[in-house]
Amino acid sequence: MVKFLISIAGRFIVLSLALMVIWLLLSGYFDKTTLLVFGVFSALLCAWLTLHMGILDDDSVPLSVMPGIFFYWLWLFIEIGKSNFIVAMQVWSPKMSLSPQMIRVKAHQISDSGKATYANSITLTPGTVSVDLLGEDILIHALTEDLADVSAIEDMGRKVCRVESTMHPNLKTKAKEGGGA
Amino acid sequence: MMGERMDSFIHYASLFLFAAGSFFVITGALGLLRFPDFYTRMHASGVTDTLGADLILWGMILQADGDWLLIAKLLIIMLFLMFTSPVSTHSIAHAAWVGGLNPLLGKDLKHSDIAPDRDETKSAPEAQSADGQHEGGTE
Repeated sequence: MVKFLISIAGRFIVLSLALMVIWLLLSGYFDKTTLLVFGVFSALLCAWLTLHMGILDDDSVPLSVMPGIFFYWLWLFIEIGKSNFIVAMQVWSPKMSLSPQMIRVKAHQISDSGKATYANSITLTPGTVSVDLLGEDILIHALTEDLADVSAIEDMGRKVCRVESTMHPNLKTKAKEGGGA
Repeated sequence: MMGERMDSFIHYASLFLFAAGSFFVITGALGLLRFPDFYTRMHASGVTDTLGADLILWGMILQADGDWLLIAKLLIIMLFLMFTSPVSTHSIAHAAWVGGLNPLLGKDLKHSDIAPDRDETKSAPEAQSADGQHEGGTE
């Protein structure tokens, strides 16, 4: 019980601080005392509302900062750039050579946020859109055969698993047994 | 002296980014018109969402002239785009799929019949896999 309260209090503090930082960044008032006090008040109010609605959990406010995700985003940016060029070439080529495919890949992520990150990464990469999530399978619509590269997509999934395991150390990711090579 | 040269370099770099971003936005729009069916058109709009928007935002960051509050706001916009655009794309695609819209498949863009029926959306449709590798997994 005490542990539970401590974990909730920790989340409450983290969320309040994060909201205050965002308030400061977006408003840019650093030396107007009245406004600052109102900003702190509104941040606390929002954090309290989150607590009151019962959505203050690990998915909405993860406590461990995951440095891995920034490297993952950097890698994703490069991947997005690459596949953008493939799609753009198809758009501008006089004779389009599309061969749409529906493929399935396994999502080995444990947490909902991990699965969402994986599916969103697939959608963000032009040429592949995640259409459906059936249990552990993600159904993907791909624009051409080259883009329907299962091994490359599963490689992305393993990267997400790695980030996820640093985020939720208590969860044993199934990447090692299931993800293969 | 040095500062001036740097300023004009940043200026031209941002112009280049704006031009490249506009090119990709136009590419997305053209793809939306040229591609054959709903699902493939979605991919074209993805080009506008990702590279087009990002390049234009980077150009704006260079124009911000070191005002870090402005840069922070632009980076936050980029972050929000990164989270919201795939969600909206997925929800449209999922609505079409669950609604029973069949995609064109293969090199000859044949009409397929793999989308689930409207009534039995719970049953898993048989999708073809590109290769059998992951089929015989260790599950």
